[in-house]
Amino acid sequence: MKLPDLTELALRNLRESLLRNSLTTIGISVGVASLVAMLSLGVGLQQLASRRLMKSGLFDTVVVTSRRDLRNFGGGDERNAPAPGESRVLDEPTRLEIEHLPHVLEAYPDIRFITELRYEDKPHLTMVAALPSSAQSNDAFEGVQGHFFSSDTAPEVVIQKAFAEELLGKSPRPGVDETNVATLAAPLLGKELTMRYAQREAAPAAPSAAANDKTAVPDDQNLAGAAYSVVSRELKLKIVGVADLDPESMRGPTRARVFLPLKLAESLHVMQPTDLREISRAPGDQPVYSSVSVRVKNPTEVQPVEDAIKKMGFNTFSILDASKSIRQFFKVLDVFLGIFGSLALAVAFIGIVNTLVMAILERRREIGIMKAIGASDDDVKRLFFAEAGAMGIVGGIFGVALGWAIGQVINLGTNIYLKSQSFPPEHFWSVPWWLVGFALLFSFFVSLAAGLYPAGRAARLDPVQALRYE
Amino acid sequence: MGETLIRAVDGVTLSVGAGEFVALLGSSGSGKSSVLNLIAGLDRPTSGSVIVQERDLAKMSREELARYRLHTVGMVFQSFNLIASMTLAENVELPMRFAEVDRGKRDRLVDEALTRVGLQARINHRPSELSGGEQQRAALARALINRPKLLLADEPTGNLDSHTGTEIMDMVREFNQQLGMTVVMVTHERALAERYAQRLIFLADGKLVGDELNPALSGKSESDHANADGERR
Repeated sequence: MKLPDLTELALRNLRESLLRNSLTTIGISVGVASLVAMLSLGVGLQQLASRRLMKSGLFDTVVVTSRRDLRNFGGGDERNAPAPGESRVLDEPTRLEIEHLPHVLEAYPDIRFITELRYEDKPHLTMVAALPSSAQSNDAFEGVQGHFFSSDTAPEVVIQKAFAEELLGKSPRPGVDETNVATLAAPLLGKELTMRYAQREAAPAAPSAAANDKTAVPDDQNLAGAAYSVVSRELKLKIVGVADLDPESMRGPTRARVFLPLKLAESLHVMQPTDLREISRAPGDQPVYSSVSVRVKNPTEVQPVEDAIKKMGFNTFSILDASKSIRQFFKVLDVFLGIFGSLALAVAFIGIVNTLVMAILERRREIGIMKAIGASDDDVKRLFFAEAGAMGIVGGIFGVALGWAIGQVINLGTNIYLKSQSFPPEHFWSVPWWLVGFALLFSFFVSLAAGLYPAGRAARLDPVQALRYE
Repeated sequence: MGETLIRAVDGVTLSVGAGEFVALLGSSGSGKSSVLNLIAGLDRPTSGSVIVQERDLAKMSREELARYRLHTVGMVFQSFNLIASMTLAENVELPMRFAEVDRGKRDRLVDEALTRVGLQARINHRPSELSGGEQQRAALARALINRPKLLLADEPTGNLDSHTGTEIMDMVREFNQQLGMTVVMVTHERALAERYAQRLIFLADGKLVGDELNPALSGKSESDHANADGERR
């Protein structure tokens, strides 16, 4: 029998016992829908996570440290590392060299220091870090109150939520994070902070060279004939933004709570912990960095960039390895969600088998007649297969639509909840095309498999017996 | 099939010539339907052979038997055996679907076949909407649609009144005489057989007990064509 005839007969047979076949098809739909729903949740969550992680800047960033620096990360390849004596210094020319490596978007020094900030005449000691303007696209600034630095040299700061609380004299209860950033930011935005810091100045220099001469550091640094001195300075900074999240998340070993524009921070020549150690190697006022953050164009290019920098004689660290285990976690999650989704389809499978076995009993005589007038075993078998397949396809189509609709409803509901909790909306539900195709094929083949036994049984039916049966 | 061995047909040897009209007579349980099923290729003998057009049905595969039933044999039954969910047209079309006849030709052939049996007005009716006689005429149209050489009828008038039965039998005779079809009819009505068949074969308890030319009708040539010889469990 040809395919069009087969399809036509199968569909008319399905129409004949419309109620039963519809119920079976609905069973398949629910099975496919639950499979689609589970898998698209898995896929959506995975996409959400990787989107978040990409935006966080963790996956396209390589942190470079000098091998001379004891604070290096990882330290896995200590054996391959050149002896400290021959390793290179992480200074401005090196930074430029790294920046010109292929795939590198930018390389900026990691400037951070602990200093005192005065707000309304109260001192607050905290970690200050510099941020490049590219950090603006960083995930952490998504919920920022106020705005990002107006320029790379503007005397402005973005402060972290916890620091804002400290400035306002609020003490957050540990573990409870209920204060709204907006209410914290309102009284602080536009206000001034006075930052006191230690400036490294090339020698010979008078302590009172700059405007604020009242607090020259008494023990004028003069270590081992060092060619610079340290001067205390003050700088007035305007609070332009309050960030909800920690913009640095995991990037550095210590977390900063106040952020300065990078160029501004560089121009301050703040005394760095590495300075003391680099004195002997880098005379003059050429800055030496404790670490340089390298942003790579694409997370997939992190590895070659890392290798290239290692070849230059530096230690590198990236979080790519961590991402591997996250991906693995999602693979496992997908498998579990898929199994739960398939359970519903397994029930539908039994439904199809039942429906078709019932159909054989009911249509025993009809099968006998068809055989008597010339239908072969194969014709009968294919007819039952076609019926199972048709139920599978129809069930699959409705199931995908239903699964998609369930996803939309859940997504909508969750976003309404997120909104009520003043979180930005998220798209954590994704039905990619491959999932649609996979679900349809899966539904079709599961249905065919369900038709296997009934079709075989129908094909083997003895026509003489079947015709005798009343 | 039961566990105990029942010899439905045992040691029957008979041959039917091309174009013959043969009646298989016997009481119920005599094995006449079993012989018909063997000739129809619906059943296979446990031993012996059934030779139609020089091919032994007993040695054919299930697939070959299905093809044989499709192209060589047309069957009508006592209970008509039309498919209830299909219209007459669809019922008549069904063997052409199995035979993979071109879709374009089918409508015309269905129309011709149903016109020949006088049912052109009932083409879109379902069997349940028709009288017994009409249903049997539709069954005849279906049996002939693939132009078989052999028409097998199992008590074709058994569920019909005598007037309608005569109508059907007249049609069968017409096919036999005008199209040259070989007809093997199973019946327990001797009068009916004597009225239409050229040859009467009597069966009792699965054995052949008589084979005679119908004295009421003039005999035909004895060219051997079909040969049934077998036993059935």
